Amino acid sequence: MANTLEATGPNTAFAEGIRKQFPLLNQQVNGRPLVYFDNAATTQKPQQVIEAMNRYYREYNSNVHRGVHHLSQVATDAMEQVRNRMADFLGASRHEEIIFTSGCTGGINLAAHILGRAYLRPGDEILLTEMEHHSNIVPWQLAAEISGAIIKVIPVLEDGTLDLEAYQNLLSPRTKVVAFVHVSNALGTINPAAEIISMAKNVGALTLVDGAQALAHERVNVQDLNCDFYVTSAHKHYGPTGIGVLYGRYELLEKLPPYQGGGEMIDRVTFDRTTYNTPPFKFEAGTPNIAGIIGMGASIEWLQEQDIEQVKAYEHELLAYATRALSEIDGFVPVGTSPNKAAVISFNLKGVHHYDVGVLLDKMGLALRTGHHCTQPLMDCYAIEGTVRASFAPYNTFEEIDRLVEALRKAQQMLS
Amino acid sequence: MGNAVENEISAINRRQDEVIEEFALFDDWMDKYDHLISLGRELPLIDESLKTDDRIIRGCQSKVWLDAGMEDGKVQFTADSDAIITKGIIATLVRVLNGSTPAGILETDLYFIDRIGLKEHLSPTRSNGLLAMVKQMKIYALAFQAKNDE
Ligand SMILES: Cc1ncc(COP(=O)(O)O)c(C=O)c1O
Repeated sequence: MANTLEATGPNTAFAEGIRKQFPLLNQQVNGRPLVYFDNAATTQKPQQVIEAMNRYYREYNSNVHRGVHHLSQVATDAMEQVRNRMADFLGASRHEEIIFTSGCTGGINLAAHILGRAYLRPGDEILLTEMEHHSNIVPWQLAAEISGAIIKVIPVLEDGTLDLEAYQNLLSPRTKVVAFVHVSNALGTINPAAEIISMAKNVGALTLVDGAQALAHERVNVQDLNCDFYVTSAHKHYGPTGIGVLYGRYELLEKLPPYQGGGEMIDRVTFDRTTYNTPPFKFEAGTPNIAGIIGMGASIEWLQEQDIEQVKAYEHELLAYATRALSEIDGFVPVGTSPNKAAVISFNLKGVHHYDVGVLLDKMGLALRTGHHCTQPLMDCYAIEGTVRASFAPYNTFEEIDRLVEALRKAQQMLS
Repeated sequence: MGNAVENEISAINRRQDEVIEEFALFDDWMDKYDHLISLGRELPLIDESLKTDDRIIRGCQSKVWLDAGMEDGKVQFTADSDAIITKGIIATLVRVLNGSTPAGILETDLYFIDRIGLKEHLSPTRSNGLLAMVKQMKIYALAFQAKNDE
């Protein structure tokens, strides 16, 4: 596997086939062809997704679940089809387990809030990992505040993998929730989700998986994982921004109280007493992001059309090639070297500030992310302020990686 | 506005024009940044012992420390940053404003920032950092002026 590159050469035809479906990529930035290596922040969108959203506004924009008229029916059907598609894609046992949210942040806030209100008790423990995105930390701090629960943190080892031994020692009957990131946005580490979940189940804890970075790179099956909650953001997997889903096990969703109040989520409203709709509608107050949902559906359709094994193999080639090429730069310090890693490289150049690197790369037409990546506790753990991060998608090419190496050498020369 | 303040402002503007002319020599953005980096090397450095958290300017991706003192009625800034480009930016501001009276600093319109493209070419978050630097320099000037008026 490691030698595919030498044996067969990079699969450029595959990348080109994908690349031509993404209109945005074909542009110049600061006089150079754009190199987009910020896919972990958000991916670009294929024509198919852009068209689907366009078509919605041109042909069947209407409010859902409310009108008996034709357009409302068409829009409602389209939206509910996306729920079915999402349920199918994630391997949910029924479509009512799919709640539309504004994305991972929205999904985690929803789950943490209702658990904080109706499930967690004073002294209960919530386990998080040291590599969590702020989105999977702060909502739990708020839930701990309402419930009196306590947050405990699973440490990260030097190579960016989780310390599973420490995790085992933290688990106890007091552990009520284990929430962790499936694939780390800052390190690329792919966590052993099924194992983490089964260890949590052994002490009867509920589990929430932050799947923000997972869906673009692999197939996820929530029943195989056996998690209680799984959150996604469509914009990380070639869909639009501001939309995602919270998968929740149906028995739990039935028992838990609603989150926000408003239209759609009710059964009957009087000033004395309001009764609520059934899941998922109980958790979807107000007019949803219909165009976003349609776009998300199109992104899943697009993902399903790709050969995921080929995507994985190609991304692996990109990662291996980039790791090798970058390692040849003097003073290259990778942050996160887990053996099981998504196509993300976080790094610093010795003696150079990540911000300086980011500014100069931008001037040379390369889009990379610099900073703490919304994972300040993780940066503290490595005793750094931030990193430069290159995150790849199948439309990226080996020539683009060559350009990154060349640009980094130039930046390094200017900055030292 | 008094004559003294007007003289201060023209002195600052002369320095602004100088900076604008220097940057105009370069067509290429990389060369402009190279120049900015070299300006950073001329920055009057803040004393290491003064690099405390209360002298850090918030709103930048990198750290900027800024201090100011008065000598013969003129403000003298010293600063530093952990990022070289940021250091170049604060150095340029210091070069333009150093040696002016508090009133001069407060009344001046810093047009050179737009003219050398610093603001438009640094993204919004970064230019917030730039504006935070300018604001902090004016706060120092204001404090010195208030002390003078006492
Ligand atoms: C691991 C991880 N979790 C959560 C989020 C938050 O996603 P969103 O901003 O779409 O809610 C992100 C993206 O920034 C992420 O990378």
